[in-house]
Amino acid sequence: MSRRIIGPFNRVEGDLEVQLSIEDGLVTDAWVVSSLYRGFEQILQGKDPMDALVYVPRICGICSVSQSVAAANALANLQGLTPPPNGEIATNLILANENLADHLTHFYLFFMPDFARDVYQKESWFPAAHARFKAIKGTACQEVLPARAEFLHLMGLLAGKWPHSLAIQPGGTTRSIEIQEKSRILSILFSFRQFLQQTLFGDQLENIIALDSADALSNWLERPESSRSDFGHFLHIADALNLETLGRAGEQFMSYGVYPEQGNPLFSMGTWNGTYNELDHSLIREDISHSWMKFQNEPKHPFDGVTIPSVDSPDGYTWCKAPRLNGQVMEVGAIARQVVNGHPLIRDLVSKNGSNVRDRVIARLLEIALVVPAMEAWAKALKPKEPFCSHAKLPDDVEGYGMMEAARGSLGHWLKVKNGRILNYQIIAPTTWNFSPRDAEGIPGALEQALINTRLQGDRKGDLSKDEKMPVEVQHIVRSFDPCMVCTVH
Amino acid sequence: MNECEQPLNLLWLQSGGCGGCSMSLISAESPDLLRSLQSVNINLLWHPSLSEQSGSELLELIQKIVAGEIKLDILCLEGSVIQGPDGSGLFHRLSGTQSPMRDSIKELSLLSDHVLAVGSCAAFGGITAGGGNPSEACGLQYDGSQSGGLLGKDFNSKSGLPVINIAGCPTHPNWIIETLSQIAMSDMDMTGLDEFNRPRSYTDHLVHHACPRNEYYEYKASAQKASDLGCMMENMGCLGTIAQADCNTRLWNGEGSCLRGGYACINCTAPEFEEPGHRFDKTPKIAGIPIGLPTDMPKAWFVALASLSKAATPVRLRRNAVADHIVIKPLKKIKDK
Repeated sequence: MSRRIIGPFNRVEGDLEVQLSIEDGLVTDAWVVSSLYRGFEQILQGKDPMDALVYVPRICGICSVSQSVAAANALANLQGLTPPPNGEIATNLILANENLADHLTHFYLFFMPDFARDVYQKESWFPAAHARFKAIKGTACQEVLPARAEFLHLMGLLAGKWPHSLAIQPGGTTRSIEIQEKSRILSILFSFRQFLQQTLFGDQLENIIALDSADALSNWLERPESSRSDFGHFLHIADALNLETLGRAGEQFMSYGVYPEQGNPLFSMGTWNGTYNELDHSLIREDISHSWMKFQNEPKHPFDGVTIPSVDSPDGYTWCKAPRLNGQVMEVGAIARQVVNGHPLIRDLVSKNGSNVRDRVIARLLEIALVVPAMEAWAKALKPKEPFCSHAKLPDDVEGYGMMEAARGSLGHWLKVKNGRILNYQIIAPTTWNFSPRDAEGIPGALEQALINTRLQGDRKGDLSKDEKMPVEVQHIVRSFDPCMVCTVH
Repeated sequence: MNECEQPLNLLWLQSGGCGGCSMSLISAESPDLLRSLQSVNINLLWHPSLSEQSGSELLELIQKIVAGEIKLDILCLEGSVIQGPDGSGLFHRLSGTQSPMRDSIKELSLLSDHVLAVGSCAAFGGITAGGGNPSEACGLQYDGSQSGGLLGKDFNSKSGLPVINIAGCPTHPNWIIETLSQIAMSDMDMTGLDEFNRPRSYTDHLVHHACPRNEYYEYKASAQKASDLGCMMENMGCLGTIAQADCNTRLWNGEGSCLRGGYACINCTAPEFEEPGHRFDKTPKIAGIPIGLPTDMPKAWFVALASLSKAATPVRLRRNAVADHIVIKPLKKIKDK
């Protein structure tokens, strides 16, 4: 048995190392290591609560708006503040812009280039995958960068810039939209829809949304236009490599809900373990038994969480804490959001194969199709002469929380304010859930579970004695979660 | 440009930051990032978001650079240098190895023709050095506004230049591409750098230039709360009149800037912007007069002009300044009343 250390991973946001025990080409154990600590929770202590809006987006350059929205929600919760309809819509548009740009970036820049690796050059599908998805040189990269940049013009209009905007406030947004800007937003959305329909899906978004089972998806793939699309291209590779059997994690999913429409989320809050359950977030605990952390004797709810790093903690192997819901490991992300919200395709796929490399990617692409029409409807509902922001005073001694869904899954901020200053600010990010270490019971986190029992194909000539330094299966599994390591530890 | 010359090898590393400068960079437009790099004859040896090579493949690449088998022309660091805990650097270990990232950054900086700090974290420590600076973050050649940092104040890269600090949080894509272009054309020398070794191509300007709220500024018609249209200098913490950057003449994401987004400039290209000593969105005042007035204007003159212009403020501006949309439009002629 050998313990192999793999890292640094790229095409993930931030720093990641994975350690594996491998026996005869089978992964028998896995440890996920978040190797960078910056200490935002410590930085925030003693600050004016409103200053969180400057600091927290800078936790992460790819989930920047998500961090802003979580903080604004937490501050609104402290103030008992509800944004006016325009403020709610504008926040949704800004957040959806980031989340969809992230899904697109993940698919084209982070995930697909691994199929253009030399390790696959003997596969019949390789030449096409190489031409299309090769990192930097593939035709897809050259097409998607301009499309993504144009889509992000919504940020210029609604949020000033991306990343790191201060437009998102507890009471709404700072940027009121005039009639001409409303039409610009709709034009940009139209152009993005064209890109998706022509390039990513080869079909109307509505037809993707309507796929309601694994069979329907197989039938859809029979269409020549589907087959030629990038989504179809991926599904063919996924079939050839049986990606639905790779990277299966536990069967527990969680979503905090996101995109409020008059307060009711477009994607609902809850958990899924074969049935839908309400989410009782008072049962969230963070465990530090295997983290490089100290001074917290037992798992704590984030309101009472302590973040004091320590390289000397005896069982520690990562800067990441281990969040659990009622003691359970939760997988979060697009697949969790869509299974919780009840999309029939994702419910069917999860019932057949749990979560896995293929279906995490399908859920993300489905979500792009689902959210663009919602964005179009939101933009049309903007009322230019009406307010975008409400205002209230911040109490001096109060506690509150903000929970939302970032591209990568459930993001929560919990803060306590004393004498008008932040007493404690605790953040649990999506990848904190997915890439958590073991807890005090020794139960591994979601990625660790997904890696264990993976069969490595060696150099794909059947010669397992020749260990690959970077097993490609491990890379697919890791990247299928679209990890954000800078959020994970913050 | 440079078609007959060897392309310049660029290695991009990240340490104690958020990756936001990379995310901003890949949003480059007209032309997009890949064409921009081609146009300035840059060969991307490795970038964390874009390159295929991962793990051992990157470690091998670094070894080849160290061994002199691959020439390193430009090293870009994004994110602060992490020195903690207790100076050990272990808060950021280079994944796949046991050594602090800091050590690799230093080793490669000594080998590279040019060293670029991308973003305020890599330049000065930035947001990661906020609060009590729990990770002991610093910049490549600055620790806040003090020169020194990881490489020391006397460091010059093999080109003879100090670390070029492309400060900003995040950086505008063009600030990076244009700096690379200057390097590729051998147009970069000390005269192109300001007092903090930032490229003067963008820091010779003020964020205030082309601020769409400048008419409100002229008449001191001030916003009072978030989403108001008025000037944000008097009450809302805006530092655009002292912040050195061209954010309002060179827009972000097609059509934006902080000011255009309706919120204050927090002077993110400056060292120590992360600790202004007051709430970011409130202007600190002494006897009702904002501190931090334009630096190169005598204060008495500013106060005198401000009170004069305030007395002359048109009703249109006074009313619009505290509204979230235009309530009085410009008229050809307003009758005195």
